[in-house]
Amino acid sequence: MANIVVLVKYVPDATGDRTFTSDNTVDRVGVDGLLSELDEYAVEEALKVVEAGDGEVTVLTVGPEQAADAVRKALQIGAHKGVHVLDDAIAGSDAAATSLVLAKAIEKIADYDIVMTGLASTDGAMSVVPAMLAERLGLPQLTFASELTIEGDTIRIRRDGDAATETIEASGKMVVSVTDQINEPRYPSFKGIMAAKKKPVETWSIADLGIEASQVGTAAAWTKVLSFEPRPPRTAGEIVTDEGDGGTKLAEYLASKKFV
Amino acid sequence: MGRSLTMSRRDIDFCLYEWLDVTSLLDRPRFAEHGRETLDAVLELSETLAVEHFAPLNRDADTHEPYVGDDGRVVTLPALAKALQAYSESGLPSSTFDEGVGGMQLPFTVHQAATSFFQAASIGAFAYPFLAQGNANLVAAHGTPEQVETYARPIVEGRWYGTMCLSEPQAGSSLSDITTRAEPQDDGTWRLTGTKMWISGGDHELSENIVHLVLARTPGAPAGVKGVSLFIVPKVLVEDDGSLGGRNDVSLVGLNHKMGYRATTNTLLNFGEGAHQPGGRAGAVGHLVGEENRGLTYMFHMMNEARVSVGAGAMALGYTGFLHSLAYAEERTQGRPVGDKDPAAPPVPLTRHADVRRMLLAQKSYVEGGLGLILYCARLVDEEQTATSDDDRRRAHALLELLTPIAKSWPSQWCVTANDLAIQVLGGAGYTRDFPVEQLYRDNRLNPIHEGTHGIQALDLLGRKVLGDGGRGLGELLAVVRATVARAEEVGGETAAHGIALAAAVERLERTTQHVAAAAADDAELALANATPYLEATGHLVVAWVWLEQVLAAAGKEGAFYDGKRAAARYFYAFEVPSIITRLDLVASLDRTTLDLDPGVL
Repeated sequence: MANIVVLVKYVPDATGDRTFTSDNTVDRVGVDGLLSELDEYAVEEALKVVEAGDGEVTVLTVGPEQAADAVRKALQIGAHKGVHVLDDAIAGSDAAATSLVLAKAIEKIADYDIVMTGLASTDGAMSVVPAMLAERLGLPQLTFASELTIEGDTIRIRRDGDAATETIEASGKMVVSVTDQINEPRYPSFKGIMAAKKKPVETWSIADLGIEASQVGTAAAWTKVLSFEPRPPRTAGEIVTDEGDGGTKLAEYLASKKFV
Repeated sequence: MGRSLTMSRRDIDFCLYEWLDVTSLLDRPRFAEHGRETLDAVLELSETLAVEHFAPLNRDADTHEPYVGDDGRVVTLPALAKALQAYSESGLPSSTFDEGVGGMQLPFTVHQAATSFFQAASIGAFAYPFLAQGNANLVAAHGTPEQVETYARPIVEGRWYGTMCLSEPQAGSSLSDITTRAEPQDDGTWRLTGTKMWISGGDHELSENIVHLVLARTPGAPAGVKGVSLFIVPKVLVEDDGSLGGRNDVSLVGLNHKMGYRATTNTLLNFGEGAHQPGGRAGAVGHLVGEENRGLTYMFHMMNEARVSVGAGAMALGYTGFLHSLAYAEERTQGRPVGDKDPAAPPVPLTRHADVRRMLLAQKSYVEGGLGLILYCARLVDEEQTATSDDDRRRAHALLELLTPIAKSWPSQWCVTANDLAIQVLGGAGYTRDFPVEQLYRDNRLNPIHEGTHGIQALDLLGRKVLGDGGRGLGELLAVVRATVARAEEVGGETAAHGIALAAAVERLERTTQHVAAAAADDAELALANATPYLEATGHLVVAWVWLEQVLAAAGKEGAFYDGKRAAARYFYAFEVPSIITRLDLVASLDRTTLDLDPGVL
């Protein structure tokens, strides 16, 4: 028996035009968005776990109204129910405040064994929320799982690093984050799309979670984006003319860029 | 998903929701389980599967066409089986079928839009489920409950594929000349003997069974099309409990090697030659569908949807070609504008040149006009099936009957022209296999040929649908067009000017039709001799109407998308609409050039 809460995020479509709002936070309202691709691996892994035993998958998101799309997509893929924390006060929250909202929502969900997340969000890409969440909930964390096995109430994961592969395990309630190597996420099916219409989705405000407006949002953020600018357009390459010393010039160029 | 070169989801959404008001269908009992979110999810799922599974195999399937292995089995690309499996697992094969056979009762309009992603991504790969759906549709409509359960349900579930076996080596367009025979057996089955040609999906190893729907003659059947019956002939025999038995006496003679559409096997099949011997003797075991001698009636019952879907395929190939050539023209720089010949100035993108813009606008007007035409006709299929009053249903039926030959032939002609222009925009690059546009052109060149050739569509429109029904269907169409013209007049400006041009074409079509009808009373052959220019004039008129409708749907809306709609409509009215009149001039003159020709002088 494993009830799993999967955290999902509604992110701007990376193939569309992405913009920022006037306070230098990501514009999440005026752009096309979708369920963060990296979260699909978490949804898939959670479904595999409950399909192998039993239990239910609850997807949890924090975000503006359109973020309901991410919940709906996860329900179409196969999750059983959804929770959407929706509150204007949350806009502009940093990772710390986001983890507070998530932790309170997970405590309110109460009936869970595993909190599962993706590797990172595809917009913020910080990868810190799982750790912050584990700290707030007082749970062990198994992060960056590229393989996951369950025995009883123990979960063992494989974490692939640059120089080594670790095998780690934990028992009882825990936070698990998974990488994009762990599985191949399924697509929604037509039946799943129809079934999702009837699945329960609850919408909570921060007041429902006992959080004050002053604890979240831009004002409560520990960090602030001061400025941003688009990456400069690619410039034309440098052409080395071979006047008998082409090889030397090439080597000098590579050395100057620390390639050799 | 962001901007895709497969189809434009933005344009599809515009047609479905801003123009055709598809959500209003959801109030009807048949579609009550659906909501905007299920329609959107089906479109999104279709685009994802098409882009991730079908588009990547399209070139490989073209360069590695299917072949017959040493063991006599057809060999296809592994990626093809994987893409088709993903499509089957999605449940999309069940989209439009009734709940009773495991279907999802999706509006046909949305199904057609969703399907266009697959047709654009790899029309050859998608042909297997496409043909199977038409097959199961026919069995579901005319088969016995047992036949539906045994042969249609596995297709609805995405497990089997199916074919339509009409043509024979000596009888293509002329089905009255088919010679395949069916002999009744004591156990109620039939045994078939004969040869079928051009059978797409006729053999492969992509599914555990293939359901052939075969036209054949029974003993003593009347000559001609009134003596043709329809049979279910499975490749593998099905036991009473639904499990698979031995091979039926259907054998692959060979594969045809085609110009395009190569992911789809195209076969010459022998029925009853004795290669396999069910029950110890030669003869392909078949099951009669409905009554004897009514085979063509059943076949044509499903023909409207099938022909609209063929037109949709032509449109989708044109559409993706347009998007590819547009992306190229935006990136590729070449030359300088007229009047700025400074060789030191940087070259400009192709889109800066007026003639390239002409080619892009022409494509845009053909493919977006084609999408509008197809989705409007698909909407009529839904309307015919679910209209709330008998009058509405009859009206939808009359319009659909009239528009079907246009929905099939117009995209098959003008979206092939669009592919031709896409190659031209790319220039030399477009003529190489390094870019997809040459394949799109080759793939699309099939569409004016199969499911009733261009010429057959012309005879169908003028002979059967216009002259044959006393002008009722045409009257409905002209009333619809005139209502749009009246709305355009209220808007004024350029929209009203389009309306005036369209009204003149309508007037001319009406008079020409009356003239041809009068001539037909004396000389049917003369009246039908110029059926093709009649079809092409009417097709252009209908698409001009689509454009006026879309301009009205975009009225008062700002932004590049809506400006693009107005620009393409402007192009169509300036460059294309005048040709309606010149074509009708020819038709009205009852020109005898082709009729009087001595073929010896050719």
